[in-house]
Amino acid sequence: MAGFNKVVNSYAEAMAGLEDNMTVIAGGFGLCGIPEGLIKEIKNKGITGLTVVSNNCGVDGFGLGILLEDKQIHKMVASYVGENALFEQQLLNGELEVELTPQGTLAEKMRAGGAGIPAFYTATGVGTVVAEGKDIKQFDGRDYVLEPSIVGDFAIVKAWKADRYGNCIYRHTAMNFNPMAATAGKITVVEAEEIVEPGELEPSQIHTPGIYVQRVIQGQFEKRIEKRTVRGA
Amino acid sequence: MALTREQMAQRVAQELRDGYYVNLGIGIPTLVANYVPKGIDVMLQSENGLLGMGEYPLEGEVDADMINAGKETVTARTGAAIFNSAESFAMIRGGHVDLTVLGAFEVDQNGNIASWMIPGKLVKGMGGAMDLVAGAKNIICTMTHASKHGDSKLLTQCSLPLTGVGCINKVITDLALLEIKDGAFHLLERAPGVSVEEIKAKTQGKLICPAQVPEMQF
Repeated sequence: MAGFNKVVNSYAEAMAGLEDNMTVIAGGFGLCGIPEGLIKEIKNKGITGLTVVSNNCGVDGFGLGILLEDKQIHKMVASYVGENALFEQQLLNGELEVELTPQGTLAEKMRAGGAGIPAFYTATGVGTVVAEGKDIKQFDGRDYVLEPSIVGDFAIVKAWKADRYGNCIYRHTAMNFNPMAATAGKITVVEAEEIVEPGELEPSQIHTPGIYVQRVIQGQFEKRIEKRTVRGA
Repeated sequence: MALTREQMAQRVAQELRDGYYVNLGIGIPTLVANYVPKGIDVMLQSENGLLGMGEYPLEGEVDADMINAGKETVTARTGAAIFNSAESFAMIRGGHVDLTVLGAFEVDQNGNIASWMIPGKLVKGMGGAMDLVAGAKNIICTMTHASKHGDSKLLTQCSLPLTGVGCINKVITDLALLEIKDGAFHLLERAPGVSVEEIKAKTQGKLICPAQVPEMQF
C-alpha cells in the first residue's frame, strides 16, 4: 500500500498516461518556476497535438520552447509569447494555434477550473478582441465578460519543497502560476527541488495541500535566468 | 524642448502619494521608481506575484527565483509580500492598487487605450495590461505625444485594437500633461519651452486648452 505516498522514481512514471491531443497546464512565469524535467519528459515521449496552457512558452531551446522543436504543441494558451523565434515562425506558418489570454484571466481560469467553477465574469477584456463572441453581462452598471475556466488532463508544477504526501511550498516569485496549475490538473505532477518527510513542512505554511497532487518527483533544475539585471555595488 | 524619457518618468513620479501601492509597466514607467519624491513611501507591485519590489540585486545576490514582471532579476524590499498569480490579479482586479502607470501606442479622447497589438506585426500578447487597465482606480498613461513620423498618438478614436475601454484619465507625454474627461483631452501642463501651438498641432483628438497653461515644474 502506497497510502498517501505520491513519490515516483522516474520521469517516465511521472508522466505516465499522457497521450496525444491532451491538455497540459504548466506553472511558471517566463523561465522562473518551471518544471524543467517534466517538460523534457514530454519532449522525450514524443507526444503531439498538445494544448499547452501556461503564461509563456519558454524560450528557444529551453522550457516549453523545446516542445516546439518537434511541433508537439498544437495550441498554446498564454498571455505573452514574445521571447521565442520558433514560436513566431510556427505561428506565421499556421502550424501553431495561439489563444492569447489576459494574465489575470489566465490565472483565474486555472483557479476556477480547480475549484469546480466552470466560468466567471470579469471586467478584463471588455470592449477588446478578447471579449468577442463571449457573453457580456452588466452588474451594477458595468459590463463584464463571461470567461470559461480551464481544467487540464495533466498539470505540471514546480515546487521548492514537497513532502511525500504532495504538500508543497514554493520559493519567492517561482510560485507564480504553480499553485493554480496544481489545482487544475486531473493528474497533477509536482517536480520538486527537495522532497521531505511528512511533518517537516509547517502545516500552516503549505501553499498547495497534497489533496491536489497525484505524483511527486525529485527534480534536477538548471534554473536559467532570462534577464540578469544587477545594480552596481 | 520635448522631455526626455527620464524627465517624463520624473513628472509621473510627482503624481505618487505617500502610502500608494503602484504597478509600473515596462519601459518609461519602470524608470518612475528612480524618482520617488523624498519623504514619501510607495510600495511597488509586480504582477508576477511581488508586492514591495526592491532594487536590482548586487552581483552576488542574483536569485533565479526572484524576478519581476519584466522577467528581470530583482530584490524584495523590507516588508515585501510574495504570492501567487491569482492573488496578484485579485489585488489588481479588485481595485486595491492605487496607481498604475503604463505605456501605449494610442490613447483617445474617451479614455480608450491601445497598447498591445499592431495588426500585421507579430502579436506577442497582452500580458497583464488588460487586467491592469480594467482594475486600477487611477491610471497614468505615459508615451511620446506623436510617433517618429509625427503622427499624433492622442486621437479622436484609437485605430489599433484596444487594451481597455474608457479607463485612462491622465496622459503624460514628452510635450504635455493632459487629463481625459467628458470626451476630450484637457491640457493641464506643458513641457518647459513647448508651445501650446505645438501641442495643438500634435493632438488629433479634441483638445481643450485654458487661456494660461503652466509649464511643468521639476
